[in-house]
Amino acid sequence: MTTSLERRNSLYGDDLACYERMVEIREFEKITNALFAAGSIRGTTHLAIGQEALTLGMASVLKPTDVVAATYRSHAIGLALGLSPASVLAEIMGKATGCCGGVGGSMHLCDTSIGLLPTSAIIGAGIPVAAGAALAFQVQKTSQVAVALFGDGATNIGAFHEGLNLAAIWKLPVIFVCDNNVYGEYSRIEKTTPIEDLHIRAESYAMPHMSLDGMDIHAVRKGLTEAVERARSGGGPTLIEAKTYRFSGHSRADQALYRPEGELEAWQKRDPLLVTENDLISRGLITAEKIESMKAEMITELTSLSTRVADDPEPELSAMFSNIWTPTKAEK
Amino acid sequence: MAAMRFRQAVVAALADEMRVDSRVIFFGEDVAEAEGPFKTSEGILEEFGPIRVRDTPISEMGFTGAAVGAAMMGLRPVIEIMFIEFLGVALDQVVTEAAKTRYLSQGSLSVPMTIRASVGSGLGFGCQHSQTLEHWFASTPGLKVLMPSNAQSAYSLLRAAIQDPDPVIVLEPRILYAERGEVDKNIVASIGKAHIRLTGSDMTIVALGQMVNVAEAAIKESGISADLIDLQTIIPWDREAVLNSVRKTSRLIVVEEAPLSGGWGSEIIAFVTSQLFSTLKSPPFRITTPDVPVPFNGGLEGRYAPTVADVTRQILYARENNDTPQPWWVMEGMSR
Repeated sequence: MTTSLERRNSLYGDDLACYERMVEIREFEKITNALFAAGSIRGTTHLAIGQEALTLGMASVLKPTDVVAATYRSHAIGLALGLSPASVLAEIMGKATGCCGGVGGSMHLCDTSIGLLPTSAIIGAGIPVAAGAALAFQVQKTSQVAVALFGDGATNIGAFHEGLNLAAIWKLPVIFVCDNNVYGEYSRIEKTTPIEDLHIRAESYAMPHMSLDGMDIHAVRKGLTEAVERARSGGGPTLIEAKTYRFSGHSRADQALYRPEGELEAWQKRDPLLVTENDLISRGLITAEKIESMKAEMITELTSLSTRVADDPEPELSAMFSNIWTPTKAEK
Repeated sequence: MAAMRFRQAVVAALADEMRVDSRVIFFGEDVAEAEGPFKTSEGILEEFGPIRVRDTPISEMGFTGAAVGAAMMGLRPVIEIMFIEFLGVALDQVVTEAAKTRYLSQGSLSVPMTIRASVGSGLGFGCQHSQTLEHWFASTPGLKVLMPSNAQSAYSLLRAAIQDPDPVIVLEPRILYAERGEVDKNIVASIGKAHIRLTGSDMTIVALGQMVNVAEAAIKESGISADLIDLQTIIPWDREAVLNSVRKTSRLIVVEEAPLSGGWGSEIIAFVTSQLFSTLKSPPFRITTPDVPVPFNGGLEGRYAPTVADVTRQILYARENNDTPQPWWVMEGMSR
C-alpha cells in the first residue's frame, strides 16, 4: 500500500502528478457529496471544489516535515498533502480505517507523517496553533515552517489578529494562507468585511503580504516559495491571500442560493482544473484525450473505493475511551 | 527543606523543571522582564534567557494557542494567565484544541502544556478578577486541573504538571502567594492523588486551595476529629482517598470557594453517596459561596467565600445533629 508520505513525495517536481491529484480531489468531493446527499454518511461536510490549485500548490512547495494547521474544509488539503482517498473517505464514514480511527469525521483529518495537524472545526483556531508550532521550530532551531490555512471569514476573528501579531513580534517561521473563496458560510464577503483585499491586514503587523491567483498552481507555488524561503531563513511570517471561489455551498445543508446570478459561471471559466489543463496541454505534457481517460479512470476507481470503504470495519467500542489522556506507565 | 513563600515555590518549581528539561519554555504577560505581576517568575529570564522566557502581548487567545502548537511540536510550554478570567478569551484553545488534539491524532500528538493562572477571592480585585472558575474545565475530558493550597503543593504540583504529557491547568489561589511554608524539593506530586492534611475519625472534609487552610482552622476551632483531604487534583480526582476516608468516618463535607450551583463538590458528593449511601451517618453536604458574583466591598467580600466561622458552625451542626445545616445566606434571610 502506498503511504501518505509516498503519495506526498510523488508530487514534487511533477506537474502531471499535481494535476492528477487535483482531479482526484475534484472527483472525491463530488462522490462524497453524493454519498452525503444519499444519506450514506452521517454529519456534515465542507467541500473545496474550485480550490484545488491552492492545496496542491501548498503540498508541492512545503516539505512533509513542515506542518499545516487547516480547517474543517479538510478533504482537499488532506488528499493534497498525501492522505489516501481510502483513509479520508473511511474517516468521513467513521470507519476504524479512517485517518483518525473514525472518531473525527469529515471535519477532522490528521496525519503527522505528512505534517497535517488535526484539522480544526473552529474558525481561526489553527492560526495561533501554527504560530506556536513555528515557535517550537524557532526554539529547536530547525528549518521547518508552519502554515495556517484558513478562509476569508477567519480574518474577522480575534485569533487571526492575535496569531499574526505574535508571529510578527517573534519573527516566527510561519505562513498564513488565507483561502479567500468569497463566502464566509452563507454570507458574501462584502457583508462581513469592509475591505476587499484581505492581505493588507498584515500591514497592521508590519508583516510581508501578497495576493495571488489561487486558481493557478504556478502562482500559488511562486508566492508560497517566496514566503517559505523568508520563513526558513529567519525572515519571519508572511500573509498570503489566495483569491479562489467556493464552487459549492458552505456545507452539506447549503445550496448556495444566495449567489449573484452569473458569479459562479464567471469563476468556473477560471476553474483551477481548466487552468492547469490548458497549461499542461500547451506545454505538450498531456492531451485532451488523455485527460478525459484519466478522469474516467479516476471516477471508476473512486466509485469502487466508496463501495469498498463502506464495508470497512467500524471502530471498536474501546476507541471511544482511547487517547483522551496519555496512558500512564501502568496503563501501557 | 527550605522555608519560602508560595510564589517563590512556584518560581522554584519552574526553574527546577527548566534546568532539567530544555523543552520547557515559559511565556505570558509581563513574566519575563517584569518577573510577573505577582512575582512568580523572579530570576527566570535572567537564568534561562529570552529564547525560552518571553513576554507576550495582552493576547491570551494568541499565546495560549501558541502554547498548544508548540506543545504539539515537542516543547513543554508553561504559560501564565494573570487572572483566570483572562482565559475566558482563550477558552477555545484550551477546551476545544488542546483537549482534543491527542484524541483526534489517535495519540500521535500530545499537548504537554501547563497553564498557570491566579484565582480566587479575598484581595479586593472585584467580580471580574476574583473567581476560581475550575468548573469551566472540570467537565472537559482531556484536561487535568490542579489547585495547590500551600508552598509545598505549589512546588510539587507545578513540577508534576510540567512533567505531565497532557494539558494541565494549575489554579493558584492568589491570596496564598505571600504565605510562607516549608518546601521539600524532593517531593513531586502525583496528579490525581489527594493529600491527607489531617487525620481524624468523625468526619471527612474535602477541600481545595485556600479552603483547605480555612477548613483546617475550622477543624481545630471546632475540636472535631476529622480527616482533612486536600484534593489537589480536580480532574482526575482521587476517588480512592475520599472513599477510604468516608468508609472510616461515615460523614462527608466538601468546602468550596465557588458558587453553590455546578461546583466540583457536587461530583464528589454524588459519587461517594452512590457508593456508600447505606453506611453514612449523616447526609453529605457542601459549604460553598452563594450564587453571586464576588463583591468588591471588603465587608461583603469577607462573607463571600466560606470563612473559618462558617465552616466551624456548619461542621459542628452536622456532627451534633447528623443533619445538613442551612447555609448562612438562608439562615440570615438573604437568599434561598
